[in-house]
Amino acid sequence: MEIIYLLIPISLILLGGIVWILLWAVRNGQYDDLEGPAHRILMDEDKIVDGQKNSRRGGAG
Amino acid sequence: MNNEILDESGGTPALGTAGACFHCGLPVPTGFDITARIDGADRAMCCYGCQAVAEAIVAAGHENFYRVRTEASPSGQNPVPDFLRQVEVFDVAEIQSQFVHSPDASTREASLILEGITCAACVWLNEQYIAGLPGVTEVSVNYATQRALVRWDKDRIRLSEILLAIQKIGYRALPYNPDQQQESHRRQRRQQQRRLAVAGLFGMQVMMLSISLYAGAWSGMERDFEQFFRWLSLGLTLPVLLYSALPFFQAAWRDLKRRRVAMDLPVSLAILVAFASSAMATFKGQGEIYFDSVVMFVFFLSASRYFESMARQRCAASVEKLVQSMPLMTTRLGSTGDVEEAVAAATLTIGDRVLIRPGETIPADGEIESGQSAIDESLLSGESLPLTRGPGERLLGGSVNVTNPLQMRVDAVGADTVLAEIQRTIERAQADKPPMARLADRVAAHFIGVVLIIVAAVALFWWWQEPSRWFEIALSVLIVSCPCALSLATPTAISATLGRMQAAGLLVKQAGALEKMNHVSHVVFDKTGTLTLGKPTLAGIVCHPDYGQAQCLELAAALERHSEHPLARTLVRTAAAGGVEGASQIVNVAGGGISAVIDGQAYYIGNIDFVEAETEAAIPRRWLDDIAEDAVTAVVLARRDCALAMFTFADRLRDDAPALIDKLRHMGKSVVLMTGDRDASAAQVADKTGILDYRARMSPLDKMQAVEALQAEGARVLMIGDGINDAPVLSRADVSIAMGGASSLAKTSADIVLIANQLGAVADAIDMSARTQSIIRQNMLWALMYNFGAIPAAAIGLVAPWLAAIGMSVSSLIVVLNAMRLTR
Repeated sequence: MEIIYLLIPISLILLGGIVWILLWAVRNGQYDDLEGPAHRILMDEDKIVDGQKNSRRGGAG
Repeated sequence: MNNEILDESGGTPALGTAGACFHCGLPVPTGFDITARIDGADRAMCCYGCQAVAEAIVAAGHENFYRVRTEASPSGQNPVPDFLRQVEVFDVAEIQSQFVHSPDASTREASLILEGITCAACVWLNEQYIAGLPGVTEVSVNYATQRALVRWDKDRIRLSEILLAIQKIGYRALPYNPDQQQESHRRQRRQQQRRLAVAGLFGMQVMMLSISLYAGAWSGMERDFEQFFRWLSLGLTLPVLLYSALPFFQAAWRDLKRRRVAMDLPVSLAILVAFASSAMATFKGQGEIYFDSVVMFVFFLSASRYFESMARQRCAASVEKLVQSMPLMTTRLGSTGDVEEAVAAATLTIGDRVLIRPGETIPADGEIESGQSAIDESLLSGESLPLTRGPGERLLGGSVNVTNPLQMRVDAVGADTVLAEIQRTIERAQADKPPMARLADRVAAHFIGVVLIIVAAVALFWWWQEPSRWFEIALSVLIVSCPCALSLATPTAISATLGRMQAAGLLVKQAGALEKMNHVSHVVFDKTGTLTLGKPTLAGIVCHPDYGQAQCLELAAALERHSEHPLARTLVRTAAAGGVEGASQIVNVAGGGISAVIDGQAYYIGNIDFVEAETEAAIPRRWLDDIAEDAVTAVVLARRDCALAMFTFADRLRDDAPALIDKLRHMGKSVVLMTGDRDASAAQVADKTGILDYRARMSPLDKMQAVEALQAEGARVLMIGDGINDAPVLSRADVSIAMGGASSLAKTSADIVLIANQLGAVADAIDMSARTQSIIRQNMLWALMYNFGAIPAAAIGLVAPWLAAIGMSVSSLIVVLNAMRLTR
C-alpha cells in the first residue's frame, strides 16, 4: 500500500494543473457568457438540418 | 384578419397570431394588408418599417431567425435621415478615440450596445449578420449583457456603415466606452468565479479523502495512512478557508464592528470552529475531523451568493448609464451664429449657444433663442405627446427635439441639470428606503446569541461536573448547533426562485424584494409605457365619402413625410407606399401641422385647431364626437374647402393589463394609477382597466410624496413604472418593478426588471414570492427544530462529534432539496 505515497502526490500535481486551467479559463472570460453559446449552437444546427443556402459566413464574407 | 382573436387570448399575442404583425407582434391596423415572404409563406406586417426589416433579414439569408426566436422583435422603423447624419460623427477620429481601440494599423475594435434584443435568437441574428458584412473581421455578442465586440478593417468598412447595417435589421447599436463600474463588476465576477473554482476543486479532493476515512473507520485502516489522510485533508482545506471563505469572514468582521449580528457571523463561526476543532484533532492524532463539512459548506454558500450577484450585475450591465440619456455630440454655434462646430456634449459651458436639429437629444438645460418645435419630454415628465416650445421657453437636457431646428442658450450643464437633480432625488430616496428586515438575519441574530449562551452554560456546567470532558461536549454542542441548515434555508430558496423567475422574464436585482413582495398592500402603476405601450398607434380612420381609406393615407403620408413628429412617423409607416413623392411648397407649422401642394391641389394636415385656422373646411360633428371617447389625439387631413379624413391615435393599453389588475384585486391588493399625463387620458385608462383610484398630472416629486403618504399610513407599496420621471418613486417604494423597455434610470432604480416586457408576469412574481416565503419558513422551521432538538442531546453528552457532523450534513441536504421544489 506504500504506493499511495506516490499516487497521492501525483493526484495533487494533477489537481494543481486543473486549478491552473480553471483559473486561466476564468481570466480569459470563458465563463462570462454561459447562455449565449448554448443557444448559438442549437440555432446553427437548425440551418444545417434544413440544408438551406446559408453557409457559415466567415469574416471574409 | 380578425382582431377579436387577439383580444380574447388575453396575453400578449403569440408569435404569428392572426391579426398580429408577424415581425413585431403588434396588431395590424384594420383594413391594412401588406406582407413579407418569410419561410415560403406571406406573413402579415403591421407597417412598412417591419416589412423592410423582415425583408432585409430574409435577403441576408437569416430566415431561420423567425423559426428559433421566442419573443417578438422590436418594430421596424424607416431610418431617419438624421440618424444617418448622427451616426457619421462616429467616423470622426477624435470621437473614435473615446471608444475605439486600434490593435494594429488597419484593424479597429469597439464595443457596441445593442438595443432591441428580446431573445437569444436576436443575439444569433446580429452575430451572423454583422459577421457577414464585408470588412468585419470578428464579432461576438454577449447574450447576458447585450454588448457586441466588433473588429473591422478600417480600409474596407466604416463604423457608421456597421451601425447602419444593424439598424437595417431592426436593432439599434451605439458604441460605448466600458466605464469603471463595469470594469469593477467584471473583476468582482471573476474573483467570485475563482473562489468558487478553488472551493469546488479542493472540496472534491477533501471529500474523496474523507470517504476513504469513513470507509477506513468501518473496515479498519492502518494508523499511518489515517494520519496521512488527515494531514492531507487539513492541507487541502486551507486554500478553501483562506481564499474561498474570505468574503464571509470579511463581512462578519464588518458586521461585528458595526455591532450588528447578521448571517455571516454564525456562518464564519461555524466554519472557523469546525476547522479549528478538526485541526486540533489532526495535531493530537485523535478526535473527529470535519474538513469535508467545511469545504462543502463554503462551496454551496459561495455558489448561492455568486448566482445572486450575477443576476444583479446582469441587470446593471444591460441598462445603459444615465449619462447616455444625454447625447455624446452636439453642434455649437459661434458667437455670431454662423460658425457651426461639432463638439463633445460634455465640453459645453453655460452661455454656449447650440443648434439642435430635429431628432436630436437636447444636450443640456437651456432657453430657446430662436425656433419653435415640438419637444418630447416623455422620459422626464411622462407626457405621452410632444409639447410645443418657442423662444424664451426652457428646454430640459435629455428630452428630444422632434420637429424643427432650434437654437438654445445653455444655462445649466452637468450636475445642475434637471436630469442630474432627478438622479440625486433617486439617491436620496434609496437612502430613505424602508429598511429591509430579513427574516433569516433576524432569526439568526437571536439564534446565535442563544447558542453562545447555551454553549457557555454547558461548558461551565461540565467543567464543574467532570473537567476532563468539558471541551469535547462544548464542541459537540457548537457543531450540532452550527446553523448550516439555518443559513442555507434562505439562500437556497432564493437562488432557486431567481432562476425560475429569470426563465419567466423577470430579472430580480434585489433578492430582498422577493421577501417584501409578498406583503405588498398597494400596487401603484404608472400609465404611459407601463399600462400602455407608450407610443401612439393608429386607432381609426374616418374618411370623406368620396375618398377611400388608402387614398387618404397616401395623401397624409405624402405630407407627413416632411415631419419628424411621432404621429407623422406612424402615418408614414402605415401608408401603403410610404407616401407619394411630389409634394411641393411645404410649410411646417410647429405645434400645428403641415401644408403642401400635391398635383396642384393644396392639402393641410395637422391638429384640429390648425386645420380650422388654415382652411374653411368644416370638420363633421360626427367625427369629433367619435374621438372624445377613446383616442389620445386626432389628426385631420383637409383640402382648403373640405375635410377629407380624420386619423385618431391611441396609446394602446397593453393586452395583459386588465387581466393583471383584475388578478391583483382578487389577491386583495389596492391598485392605484399615478401619471404625469392629463386627467382625461388617466381617467380613460383607469376606466378600461377598472382602476378606481387614479391621480393625474403628478410630477416625479408628487408621485414620491404620494407613495410616502401611503407608507405613512402603513401601506407596503409595489411601484411599477418605466420613465425617468418614475425613477425617484421606484427607489422610494418598498418594492419596485421597471418595464423592460424602460429608461435606463428607471431600470437602475427598480428591484425587478420585466425583461420580457410582459405585465402579466407581475402576478407570477407575487405568487412566486409567496411560495418562496413559505419554503423559507419550512426550511427555517426544520433547521431550528433540528438544532434545538440536537442541542439538549449534545449538552448532556449523548452526541459524539462525528454524529453531530452527519446530522449537520443531512439537515442541510433536506433544506436544499426542499428549496429545489421551487424550480418546478
